[in-house]
Amino acid sequence: MKLIALQSVFFLIIASFSLIAKAQLTIEITRGIDNPTSIAIVPFAGSTNLSEDVAGIVSADLQRSGQFAPVDRANMLALPQEQKDVYFRDWKILGAEYLVIGGIEPVTGGYQLRFELYDVLNQRQVLKKIATATATDLRGLAHYAADQIYEQITGIRGAFSTKIIYIEVLRNASNPQEATYRLIHADADGARERELLKSSQPLLSPRWSPDGKQVAYVSFETSRPAIFIQNIATGARRQITNFKGLNGAPAWSPDGKKLAFVLSKDGNPEIYTIDLASGNYQRITQHFAIDTEPNFSGDGKGIIFTSNRGGQPQIYQVDLASGRIERLTFYGDYNARASLSPDGKTMVMVHREQGIFHIAAQDVKTGDLRILTETELDESPSIAPNGAMLLYATQANGKGILAAVSLDAGVKFKLPSKRGDVREPAWSPFFN
Amino acid sequence: MNVFKTGLGLVVLSAVLAGCSSTSTPADTGNTGPVEDTNTSVDVGTTTGGGIVEDEDEVVALETIFYFDFDQSTIKPEVRALLTAHAAKLKASPRSIRLEGHADERGTREYNIALGERRANAVRDFLILQGVDASLIETISYGEEKPVALGHDDQAWSLNRRVELK
Repeated sequence: MKLIALQSVFFLIIASFSLIAKAQLTIEITRGIDNPTSIAIVPFAGSTNLSEDVAGIVSADLQRSGQFAPVDRANMLALPQEQKDVYFRDWKILGAEYLVIGGIEPVTGGYQLRFELYDVLNQRQVLKKIATATATDLRGLAHYAADQIYEQITGIRGAFSTKIIYIEVLRNASNPQEATYRLIHADADGARERELLKSSQPLLSPRWSPDGKQVAYVSFETSRPAIFIQNIATGARRQITNFKGLNGAPAWSPDGKKLAFVLSKDGNPEIYTIDLASGNYQRITQHFAIDTEPNFSGDGKGIIFTSNRGGQPQIYQVDLASGRIERLTFYGDYNARASLSPDGKTMVMVHREQGIFHIAAQDVKTGDLRILTETELDESPSIAPNGAMLLYATQANGKGILAAVSLDAGVKFKLPSKRGDVREPAWSPFFN
Repeated sequence: MNVFKTGLGLVVLSAVLAGCSSTSTPADTGNTGPVEDTNTSVDVGTTTGGGIVEDEDEVVALETIFYFDFDQSTIKPEVRALLTAHAAKLKASPRSIRLEGHADERGTREYNIALGERRANAVRDFLILQGVDASLIETISYGEEKPVALGHDDQAWSLNRRVELK
């Protein structure tokens, strides 16, 4: 009995934390595709007294992708929870192409979710799954269901269970050079915010390790910039570099064994790589211009980076075996901080057009460039592991916010912050 | 107060601004080593609170902020005279100085840190050419992370593209 009581107290604390966390970033969908798929997600059986509206989270996830238009609950003619209660005509009338029903039951150590996906037009069940999670991870269960439904219908792996890391800055209004910097970990929808690090000195450039267990970033806590790696679960940290001058722009190799980064210890910002196990480092670029913002290619054989060796910042690629350097961008007078989509077909970057900074995508094969964003002062694009969308930082009403856009620019949403400026989103890899 | 006059509106304006803001001391070195913590959130950093430090030896209050053009680290002609005066003063009474390079918010953060370092190095190199002892000069770049003006317009950006001598 005592154990149960303690558990429920613990549960309540967690629940109230998540309520606070949810208040930090809120979602505003700016634009979806022209003909989104209509889907009805019926409130799940047994969910009345739960701390989270699981079906509501599934619905919000699918809506945020821009590819789905969830049916309003108020318009539902019936609320079936079992297959035997499903009458397809109830859903055809509403124009719903798909229907999701299910139920949640408490089990030892948590909850079990059953969810079923129906193709309304063809009047058949297309998916039925059962998943369990700990009592504090109802949101995780919802994101899992959303991932499965999304993949079943679109053929693209869902990324709703992934996480984001970003930087929040609370600036002292009377002395703008004083601020509190926080490294924040959250669900991909901005909920369940958790502080990983707090500092009175700048934090920047967070990057997920490929296994999703660690984050590399730059911290000025030693009064100079230095690169750290932190274990996300335990908080244990390790300082990787401590050279004179710049120590910045960390980027993981695809196998997680190396970091590419920038040092200016010899007088000039150059790209280096370090082997994390041995600590051996190697200089990659040799040029009197600024070389920075390295990112590995998907096969780990090349590094793309920003350089102003041509007079203005542009993207270059270096082949690690031969050392051969090639310029990749030719449109615009400012292209910087490039990264590649998971399939390697698209390169996204910060691009200046008529004095305005946008996020742009370049077709790697053809070199064609398209601007994805309509906002200004856009920066820090980070692509979701399924390659469907990217998160970036921009300004709204003089405040730093996060926003997202699909790689075809068809879907857009914003994640405004209720508190300070938020910036430098880093989208996690898949966790399994 | 004897302000070094260049006749340039921007520099005069910045002198006024500099007069309004407190001159904080360079941050302490604080936690230098790796920090292991069982708490999954870590609190780091140095306290920047700190008093206003008045340099008793200063006879002439020279402007200590030097401005730059967008994406440039070239010292502007009007800044040269000011830096020459600083060099003369530093040669007459040597002290350790810290040059902090900054950029405006436009463009990417890491590129701006590199740009801020370029600017700090340009000032350092100019002072060394004027005969200031190189070992007395430390440089650091904050990129766009420590703006003095919070606006998102040309006025704010021009004030933020700077090197501060501390």
